[in-house]
Amino acid sequence: MNKKYKKVNPNSYFIKNSTNFLTTTVGKIILTFALIFSVSSFAQDLDLVQGKALFNANCAACHKLDKKMTGPALRGVQDRLLKDEGLDKEWMYSWIRNSASLIKSGDDYSNKIYAEYNGSAMTAFPQLSDSEIDNILAYTAQEKAIPVVNTVQAVPANGNSSSGISNEIILGAFAFVFLLLALGLFLVNKTLRSFAVQSNIELPKTNKSSRKPLWKAFVDNQFLMLCSAILMLLVSAYFVYGFLMQIGVNQGYEPVQPIHYSHKIHAGDNEIDCKYCHSSARVSKHSGIPSLNVCMNCHKTIYEYNGETTEEYSKEFYDGEIQKLYKAVGWDDEEQEYTGETQAVKWVRIHNLPDFAYFNHAQHVSVAGIECQTCHGPVEEMEIMYQYSPLTMGWCINCHRETNVKVKDNQYYEKIHEQLSQKYGVDKLTAAQMGGLECGKCHY
Amino acid sequence: MQNIFKILIITLVVATLSSCSSKDSPNYEYMPNMYRSIPYDAYGEYDVFEKGHSALIPPAGTIARGYTLFDYENTTSGYELAKKNLKSPFSSSDIDLKKGKELYNIYCAVCHGSKGDGQGILMKREKILGIPSYSDVGRSISEGSIYHTIFYGKNSMGSYANQLDDHERWLVTHYVLKLKSDLEN
Repeated sequence: MNKKYKKVNPNSYFIKNSTNFLTTTVGKIILTFALIFSVSSFAQDLDLVQGKALFNANCAACHKLDKKMTGPALRGVQDRLLKDEGLDKEWMYSWIRNSASLIKSGDDYSNKIYAEYNGSAMTAFPQLSDSEIDNILAYTAQEKAIPVVNTVQAVPANGNSSSGISNEIILGAFAFVFLLLALGLFLVNKTLRSFAVQSNIELPKTNKSSRKPLWKAFVDNQFLMLCSAILMLLVSAYFVYGFLMQIGVNQGYEPVQPIHYSHKIHAGDNEIDCKYCHSSARVSKHSGIPSLNVCMNCHKTIYEYNGETTEEYSKEFYDGEIQKLYKAVGWDDEEQEYTGETQAVKWVRIHNLPDFAYFNHAQHVSVAGIECQTCHGPVEEMEIMYQYSPLTMGWCINCHRETNVKVKDNQYYEKIHEQLSQKYGVDKLTAAQMGGLECGKCHY
Repeated sequence: MQNIFKILIITLVVATLSSCSSKDSPNYEYMPNMYRSIPYDAYGEYDVFEKGHSALIPPAGTIARGYTLFDYENTTSGYELAKKNLKSPFSSSDIDLKKGKELYNIYCAVCHGSKGDGQGILMKREKILGIPSYSDVGRSISEGSIYHTIFYGKNSMGSYANQLDDHERWLVTHYVLKLKSDLEN
């Protein structure tokens, strides 16, 4: 594998070959035969489907077709190398199978590319056969597909907006009809009155002063007054109580975040575990807002959104949000490197317990083994994150009363659980029976 | 005329009251000075800090509690060195495959698949491609190289040093070794 590869000028390549043709006729016959054979086998064996599968499985971790990643973009790599560097397929074979030894052998271009990509070595693929590499190269040699204009997307969008417009039209038509009716009645009334005046018919006059007003009759009836006073008091007490009880409760709080992060896409569609990003929930009081390097674990590779879109949340919208992340973390997507210019992202905190209440995520997540969704609701369905639970003391207490303590595989709890369950005469202890209602557990 | 005026006032009052309870802003609090903490909260915004927020990067040259120094460099040669020389500090009784599996399934399985064959959900949905199987001959892995990769990341994979502490990284390393031997048999 240590043989050196000559740089061949692609033009002189054929000249040299043609001199070969001339030297010996035997050589000529063999070579033409070999050429014909190789060309025909080339045409037959190229399997783009296999090429794509192999590319995705082996190369795509570091190479994209049209975009620089850990390694260079690979569309048309074979042509490019032949044209610019004069490197033939043999070079490709040995580079792919063992780039390290090629670099060691002092090959010029190998060392150049190794230095250009900051000495990140390409994994060796000794298991790939010649034909498999050919297939991969054939896949990379494909022309870039021209992006199809989103006519399909535009149609339902039009349909949606037209249905919205038609609703408005219907409502407007109704309003117009009612207005006409009211006008008609008014006109009819007016003409009838003018007829009456013309034909000298005396209209019955409303005699306001002689009739006892309704409110006075109501006030005179003491029983009715008493009943309605009690009713009024009860109703207003209900509303005042309701108003006072919701002060400080933020259930349903749904602030606008600086970057539109969709939990639905990440935790729902892609099934990423909550603790992947909120890793400190396992070990700390806080569940933790992930620092942006955690985002970049995936978004270094995922620079665009290709999932379902709606009119409100289009692909452009989501791509823009990923760009916001790149800007904040200082990632140059073209050059695939960090610029060092970072900005803090001011996430808006949603779940906020008052300072006088202590809550520890690790105790609930790691020790009790409670699902995040128990308190935070169906986060995996939330396009915009909101506070699902009221987070009031009554809500906490209720759960402590109903939830059994998880003692399995917990030596710390085993002994105390035995003693307490004897004391209370139960098989399974609730969190409340283990002291989950003591004031000092949460307020100190 | 007076009636209209009264109705107008009532609707105005109702409108102002109802507009206070918006989904975008937090609710009133009874006694804010009991709700808001006097000490600096995690992720809080305070002028006293250089960048205005209490979330800080540890000063250079310090190590957080529970962490130890890692001598191997984040380079290819560092990787090769770790692959050869770095050995797990765990005795056989320290290896906890159950805990390792739990952590693996949170942090690794999205890409590497729960069996370590590179068929995680992000791979299946074609979000991240080219994830090798642990049994891949071209990239034979050892306990040292696994740990090095978790610590620094490799190629497209990022570092997991901030999500897993020393002990947890070794737990995962041993679980990966188990998956590797399962795949090879």
